[in-house]
Amino acid sequence: MTSTLHRTSGRSLAALAAAAALVLASCGDDDGAEPGAGGTSPGAPTSTEFEFFSWWTGAGDSEGKQALLDLFAERHPDVEIIDATVAGGAGTNAQAVLTTRLQAGDPPDSYQRHVGAELQPDIEAELVEDLTWLYDEEGWRDVFPEDMLELATVDDRIYSVPVNIHRSNLIWYNPAVLAEAGIAAPPASWDEFLQQAATLEAAGKTPLTIGPSWTQKHLLENVLLGELGAEAYSGLWDGSTDWESTEVTDALDMFTEVLAHSNVDEAAADWQPALDPVIEGDAAYNVMGDWANTYFATAQGLAFETEYGVTTSPGTEGIFNWLSDSFTLPVGAPHRDLAVEWLRLAGSKEGQDTFNPIKGSIPARTDADTSLYTGYLEMPLTDWNDPEIELVGSLAHGVVAGGAFNTEIDSALGEFVASGDSAQFASAVKEAYEANQ
Amino acid sequence: MCRIRKWGPAALLVAPSLLAIGVFVYGFLGWNLRVSVSDWRGLRATYDYAGLDNYRRLAEDTRFIDGVQNVVVFTLVFVFGTLVFGFLLALLLERGVRGEAFFRTVFLFPMAISFIATAIIWRWLLSNASGAQETGLNRLFDSLGVGFLANDWFKSDSYWAVASVAIAAGWALVGYIMALFLAGLRGVSDDLREAARVDGASEAKAFWHVVRPMLLPVVMSAIVILAHISLKTFDLIYAMDAKSRKIETPALYMWFITFEGLNFSIGAAIATLLMVGIAAVIVPYIWYSVRSERRP
Repeated sequence: MTSTLHRTSGRSLAALAAAAALVLASCGDDDGAEPGAGGTSPGAPTSTEFEFFSWWTGAGDSEGKQALLDLFAERHPDVEIIDATVAGGAGTNAQAVLTTRLQAGDPPDSYQRHVGAELQPDIEAELVEDLTWLYDEEGWRDVFPEDMLELATVDDRIYSVPVNIHRSNLIWYNPAVLAEAGIAAPPASWDEFLQQAATLEAAGKTPLTIGPSWTQKHLLENVLLGELGAEAYSGLWDGSTDWESTEVTDALDMFTEVLAHSNVDEAAADWQPALDPVIEGDAAYNVMGDWANTYFATAQGLAFETEYGVTTSPGTEGIFNWLSDSFTLPVGAPHRDLAVEWLRLAGSKEGQDTFNPIKGSIPARTDADTSLYTGYLEMPLTDWNDPEIELVGSLAHGVVAGGAFNTEIDSALGEFVASGDSAQFASAVKEAYEANQ
Repeated sequence: MCRIRKWGPAALLVAPSLLAIGVFVYGFLGWNLRVSVSDWRGLRATYDYAGLDNYRRLAEDTRFIDGVQNVVVFTLVFVFGTLVFGFLLALLLERGVRGEAFFRTVFLFPMAISFIATAIIWRWLLSNASGAQETGLNRLFDSLGVGFLANDWFKSDSYWAVASVAIAAGWALVGYIMALFLAGLRGVSDDLREAARVDGASEAKAFWHVVRPMLLPVVMSAIVILAHISLKTFDLIYAMDAKSRKIETPALYMWFITFEGLNFSIGAAIATLLMVGIAAVIVPYIWYSVRSERRP
């Protein structure tokens, strides 16, 4: 009995060893290229595989991504593209998966991150390569707006390539509802919104709809922006505006008042159902980024300007509150040569003009082919390319506040929405800001 | 030598699983404990000793404290509710309903649905939207003319908001508890009941004095299973209303502060406290069952 057992375990050990050898062998013929020292690797890329990590799975997102990947495949026909996508709004799930991979030293060849503070931890942990050389080589400093590059620059270095721009400070509305209530135009300030809200409520309409907690944060940033103006708003994130000043607490109280005229007690489960009452004519307004346009136009098939309208959120005319998806070059990317080619494409005019009209966003470059951006997209594109426009970064989408600070804002906001205590919120955020410096 | 031959093969057979459990359960438990007393923030691990700072911070963190309160309410409603309804269903089936197999399957089915899907169904059923957006139970109540029953459910301002999530969790698991009780009830031999009847016991008395004591082990197992599920519940709450403070439990906060806040040490501290919570339920059970197994 025992001898049989010994023999079996001996045999299985041998099998195990053989399997291990196979695994090792297959690791060995990995076609990774040696990372070049900072600069470009001369000649054509030799890798045959490219792994790309994103959270683009929604409508518009995945088609846009596919168009860009197709363009990449055209240029590198012998390369196998591995599209490692993890579903989940604003990339929350993707980021957890990615975190695990980065910590295990198993990065993809390029991964998606929002531009700005959200990339900060990756930079601090030295997980991404400095791409300043690529910016110089491709002349990108001249084609991306200076104010945007400033928010993306850390210690004179830039670590990611933005492919698109979304706008946050927008208020969407149903023109029929406004006409019915006798309102001529969307409000130009939050004070005016409160006046309109009374009229709308008298007509039995919900003035403003809202969704889950991140949409409340999205509203908060735009109320703050509308009340404080671009300069003071930007100061909230670099310490030059005091969170506990009366100016800021007044703006926070305005947020509470605005929420009181929304359906926050019956908040929708996601941003799309939050738009539904506006579409159905039961509500007038919704503050949401311009991905909402895809929902109105594509998913619901509505006509822009007649069936739904949009303008800058109250008090933010002449300001562009932006967020952007960008791609990185991870340290130790297995196919670095292709990753660099991918970044060149993502930052190129052709790449951005291929991706953005489908995704429903505008290029981060200011030299885009304007004829490609029609309907709603005309407005943000004109504004983005306008040298007079003031650019500010979004809070809810990771431009001005990174993971740790942003999570603490979430905690404080949950309490603030329930209690309406603006002073307490201001001091909690101030404390969190200082703790994360 | 002879003794090795006796227990050697057995030891060899259990060695892989002992090793796996040692590394993946106890090894990681220890590692987690170490992270929880470190100062690890950000994407690169640091293990500098920070004492009990993280636990102290949690003790003052209102989001964590609200979460603990929510998980207590959730556990009480979920465990008690599921036990009661599971038992009632088992009792009904045990009475010999026609088509028992059919009902058994129907009641068990919800368990086969993932918690994410369950949450999405119940999010709709328990929506508190009004007017044209009204859906689910509230709409049903309104159309049946019992609109006063309509409720804000998991968006309610009361401490009980999280109890409505327990309804969804209970719906998913009640069939399983029913099956446990059914097996327990079937395990009571008819001879014993007959004997009780012959001795002149009423049906109720026979149940109370004969059947009930024999169901105690089933109740104990059911409580342990339900309580540990309740402490770990994540997906259900995440899909129902992520980041809503009204229903957030420490398990969710742990995820957000770890993977969004990149505050790994606080996340590990929450994980440790959750483990202590689960141990508080399971250890007495193990102690009880070991003791009762030893009894002749």
